[in-house]
Amino acid sequence: MADVVKIATRESYGNALAECGKDFPELVVLDADLAGATKTGVFKKAFPDRHIDCGIAECNMTGIAAGLATCGKIPFISSFAMFAAGRNFEQVRNSIGYPHLNVKIGATHAGITVGEDGATHQCNEDVALMRTIPGMTVIVPSDDVEAKAAVRAAIEMEGPVYCRFGRAAVPVINDKPDYKFEIGKGVLLREGTDVTIVASGITVASSLEAAEKLAAEGISAEVINIHTIKPLDEEIILTSAKKTGKVVTAEEHSVIGGLGSAVCDVLCEKMPTPVLKIGMYDKFGESGPANALVAKYGLDAEGIYSKVKDFVK
Amino acid sequence: MNKLELQKTANEVRKGIVTAVHSAKAGHPGGSLSAADIFTYLYFEEMNIDPKDPKKADRDRFVLSKGHTAPGYYSALANRGYFPVEDLKTLRHLGSYLQGHPCMQETPGVDMSSGSLGQGISAAVGMALAAKLDGKDYRTYTLLGDGEIQEGQVWEAAMFAGARNLDNLVVIVDNNGLQIDGKIEDVCSPYPIDKKFEAFNFHVINIDGNDFDQIDAAFKEAKATKGMPTAIIAKTVKGKGVSFMENNAGWHGKAPNDEEYATAMADLEKIGAELGGAK
Repeated sequence: MADVVKIATRESYGNALAECGKDFPELVVLDADLAGATKTGVFKKAFPDRHIDCGIAECNMTGIAAGLATCGKIPFISSFAMFAAGRNFEQVRNSIGYPHLNVKIGATHAGITVGEDGATHQCNEDVALMRTIPGMTVIVPSDDVEAKAAVRAAIEMEGPVYCRFGRAAVPVINDKPDYKFEIGKGVLLREGTDVTIVASGITVASSLEAAEKLAAEGISAEVINIHTIKPLDEEIILTSAKKTGKVVTAEEHSVIGGLGSAVCDVLCEKMPTPVLKIGMYDKFGESGPANALVAKYGLDAEGIYSKVKDFVK
Repeated sequence: MNKLELQKTANEVRKGIVTAVHSAKAGHPGGSLSAADIFTYLYFEEMNIDPKDPKKADRDRFVLSKGHTAPGYYSALANRGYFPVEDLKTLRHLGSYLQGHPCMQETPGVDMSSGSLGQGISAAVGMALAAKLDGKDYRTYTLLGDGEIQEGQVWEAAMFAGARNLDNLVVIVDNNGLQIDGKIEDVCSPYPIDKKFEAFNFHVINIDGNDFDQIDAAFKEAKATKGMPTAIIAKTVKGKGVSFMENNAGWHGKAPNDEEYATAMADLEKIGAELGGAK
């Protein structure tokens, strides 16, 4: 996969906002002094009057977005996941979630692929926080194509949406003519019979690669891309679990509360199935290049391959 | 409305407050009573609103940032005709549209859900910003507690509003001097409040917030102020109008029992009589 095109989903986010600006005159984008990093600067260039820099004050930004939404605007607020979901949790819950306002949250720099900035900025807890808020839609796109589609779909739907983007460039895997994005609909990327790998975000590409390696050893892995963690596509997971009888979840997030937990919630109630969760195992990250961290914490193709292999034998 | 009419109306709003909190057997009478004159002025004199069309386009907006004083807010809305005054007795009851803290989906006339302190002012700033972005001339008002301004988010919002010259925004601080744990200066002093807002590029007006002449003058001055938001620091009496609640931190979040309720209503009836009977 050496010559695969790689694009960071935060780039996709900024580009998608700029593209949507024309189609949605009510779209306004708020940032907290990170327009360069979150890539909302692309939108700012195209629509300077509709880009509002709130300064380094994420909680206030969130409240401003709530107020704007009550007046008919469609605000997309942007910051790093650590601040958009972490620092902001209660503002998102009470000022956006409780009144179910039409505010979208673009959280970039999620997970350990933040890289060199280290643990303080590597948010592995945001999905857990956001999916507990009633009425919140949570989307974790896997590549450029999906991230752009997610931004548009978030704007088109009514109600609060949390979109999770990454800092590091990831392979483009969804550039197919028949690709269709639908909130709440998982995507069966590869059929298999021995084990199901459910992935989201950056682990989708590495799970596909891991499945290839597993196939070479006679293990048939099914790969499902769950881009929408809430509402979760239960049907696609149950159907696959019934077929394979073993489920692995892979995510760039804590194994507590994220995709793995969401999948377990469904399986343990509706179809008890052995599950292996791959993710951050109740640990903080650290400084280092993104790819080195992904390898160290076992979220790359090699890590997923070896864990799945142990699990199915 | 003239001053006497406003005073009579505020007295009715106060009766609604104690009646609602008594019926709920819980709630926040002290800060509702202190702000009753401000609620009354906003909804009976100042704001461009229509109780028959609560979501009217381009209406003025109000956010109760100190959301725990919902009884004062609800009583003003009910007396203004948004919903029956009789329904105030359902406050905090299971199934009531009058939640313990304001809920915009439940209650006619409520522009923003609030109650977690420090957050309402940001939403009000967002509303004021929306008006500016759309070139509309509606105005946004938000009422904060003097204890509430200990929340850091208040100053994030103030910084933004001042920096953006949001002259369509009026922040009112109900300076009744008391919070749950005691006097605000003993708990963690926010004084000087006026100087702080001035430093954030606000036009600041200090008034007696239980005096309609001063309230009226302040809101007129705010409307005439261009290029900067206005902060009205309203010195008030917590529990105003109910003898045993006045200046007593113990009545911040406590409901009167039947006997206390009778005394409170007698106090307010007496004030009403002195003002010249029913409005």
